[in-house]
Amino acid sequence: MASGPRQKFDNPVIEWVDSRLPIFTLMNKEYGVFPTPRNFNYFWNFGAIAMVMLVTMIVTGITLAMHYNTSTAGAFDSVERIMRDVNSGWLIRYLHMNGASFFFIAVYIHIFRGMYYGSYKKPRELLWMLGVLIFLLMMATAFMGYVLPWGQMSFWGATVITNLFSAIPLVGDSIVTFLWGGFSVDNPTLTRFFALHYLLPFVIVGVVFLHVWALHVTGSNNPLGIDVKGPQDTLPFHPYYTMKDMFGILVFLIVYVAFVFFMPNALGHPDNYIPANPMVTPAHIVPEWYFLPFYAILRAITFDIGIPFTDIVFIEAKLGGVLAMFGSIAMLFILPFLDTHPIRSATFRPWYRIALFGFVVVFLILGVCGSKPAEGFWVPLSQLCTLLYFAFFVVAIPFFNKKEPVAELPPSIHQAVLTSQPVAAE
Amino acid sequence: MRTKILAAALLLSMVGFSSAHAAGEHIEYPDVKWSFEGPFGTFDRAALQRGFQVYKQVCSACHGMKKVHYRNLSALGYNEDEIKTIAAEYQITDGPNDEGDMFDRPGRPSDRFKSPYPNDNAGKFANNGALPPDLSLMIKARKDGADYVHALLTGYETPPEGEELLNGQHWNKYFAGHKIAMAAPLADGAVSYEDGTEGTVEQYALDVTHFLAWAAEPEMEKRKQTGIKVILFLVVFAGLMYAVKRKIWSKVH
Repeated sequence: MASGPRQKFDNPVIEWVDSRLPIFTLMNKEYGVFPTPRNFNYFWNFGAIAMVMLVTMIVTGITLAMHYNTSTAGAFDSVERIMRDVNSGWLIRYLHMNGASFFFIAVYIHIFRGMYYGSYKKPRELLWMLGVLIFLLMMATAFMGYVLPWGQMSFWGATVITNLFSAIPLVGDSIVTFLWGGFSVDNPTLTRFFALHYLLPFVIVGVVFLHVWALHVTGSNNPLGIDVKGPQDTLPFHPYYTMKDMFGILVFLIVYVAFVFFMPNALGHPDNYIPANPMVTPAHIVPEWYFLPFYAILRAITFDIGIPFTDIVFIEAKLGGVLAMFGSIAMLFILPFLDTHPIRSATFRPWYRIALFGFVVVFLILGVCGSKPAEGFWVPLSQLCTLLYFAFFVVAIPFFNKKEPVAELPPSIHQAVLTSQPVAAE
Repeated sequence: MRTKILAAALLLSMVGFSSAHAAGEHIEYPDVKWSFEGPFGTFDRAALQRGFQVYKQVCSACHGMKKVHYRNLSALGYNEDEIKTIAAEYQITDGPNDEGDMFDRPGRPSDRFKSPYPNDNAGKFANNGALPPDLSLMIKARKDGADYVHALLTGYETPPEGEELLNGQHWNKYFAGHKIAMAAPLADGAVSYEDGTEGTVEQYALDVTHFLAWAAEPEMEKRKQTGIKVILFLVVFAGLMYAVKRKIWSKVH
């Protein structure tokens, strides 16, 4: 990737390699001296934390795959064998199981960081969209992974979610049969989910590579949301941010391992310790916690959409729910093009800041709605919150584009750091 | 700091979600203070052995525990010879032998707990069509599993007036819907403990739940003890890294 003039290394072995394949030059350029805004706060740790979680998931996942039995007859028992008889198998499995949750926690905070400080705005639109693509791939991977232990929630979760595709007009049922590899969720479904669950993380690695590549073209955003004007605004990535990331990662790991060792099943569902039984439906089917807000949006559309007072229906409720759910992620995807306000950071956008905190609250309420049975006042509450979710993107943001005052920004990161320590010093 | 508060808030909201799963009528169980609760919790070996005795003499008539092997009983404090003796009390069907026939032989420590039924259909046939569930993971497969199982075992009573029970149904105040197919399994004095502990329904329920909690999570003690070391290590390591970070950043602040 790098050609042209190259600095020589003193170590002859490194020099020998680097003159043939400049990998050390690349590492030094991208992670050694890489100019990074000097005013990051701890929210900027979560990219590195997500990376650590991705590697953790791949390492523990490959180890689990060595002991896992991909069949409806053997899957549940093989997971229990891992828990009981494989050396440290319980540790590897609990790390993987809770790792998924903590990967999502890191990524949700990372996404919030991007939204708060306007990291999605020009020139980082593509960087942001690659990030949303990673999020989507993570959701697919996590969903299929949850099916593999072949417990009751695995089986019924898979049944509910794959059935969503039957909402597609005309070809829906054929698509579902194609996904299942049969006429119900069964052995062929499990084996293909395992194959894809093993494949997709490496696709994620590929997109993460593109994500980081794009980041290193534009450089990082920062809490002030203003551009880097010169070397006085930046610090070399190493040792300043390698050390800060190191500390942040360790704090995050403490919380993560506290769950792994002391409440490994707190984030899961007890029903998944009951072997899958197609003849018995659980009283209440819920996905993993990180899907709950989207699950609530899916279930919020309980009405057909058509011409009022006639029998003409354009979109049936089921299809409407599916469209709303995928639409909610599509909104994130096109966010850079919805928000054209010239200021990036919410620090200088009081209107947007209030709306964003409201959006976070709505998202959390949707999460609670998703965990409850779709009955009683939870249904109108989910509908209201779904409406507010979309209103944030298609009403509030366009409104702010036109009306929110453009505040005066600090002239440079350097000056802001010198004049107001509290804002800048982490 | 802000990060930590945020993480804590996120975690709290999730714990809220997972405790909100129970559907239908809300039933409160007595909150038992188990010795295996908390980050330093351990199993009580004497309770485990008594609980195993209750399982062996009462529960195992209908419920299997297929995930547990006789060799695992060493965790209860039994030695190798005792385990061999326990396993040998059961006749295990093995085979086929060189001549193609199945044969019975005494159990060995490497065998799984012998199931009361040769297969699931036999279990259903013997129990009005409902298979008594395997108990290996029961404590993990129910919300607040230990408290729930203890409550269920002690929750049998005569039905309130106006409630009709069908043949084969029993009234349990802690069971969802209250009508349960399992008859009250425990009675005072049904099992005579070797260590002189009093044989009451309450004591049997506590002990057998203790045993089932171990069976569901045999790794628990090792897990928690490892966890303490890992957390201590990470806290010290993080503190060290924070000091280094401060030192490095002091030049630019």
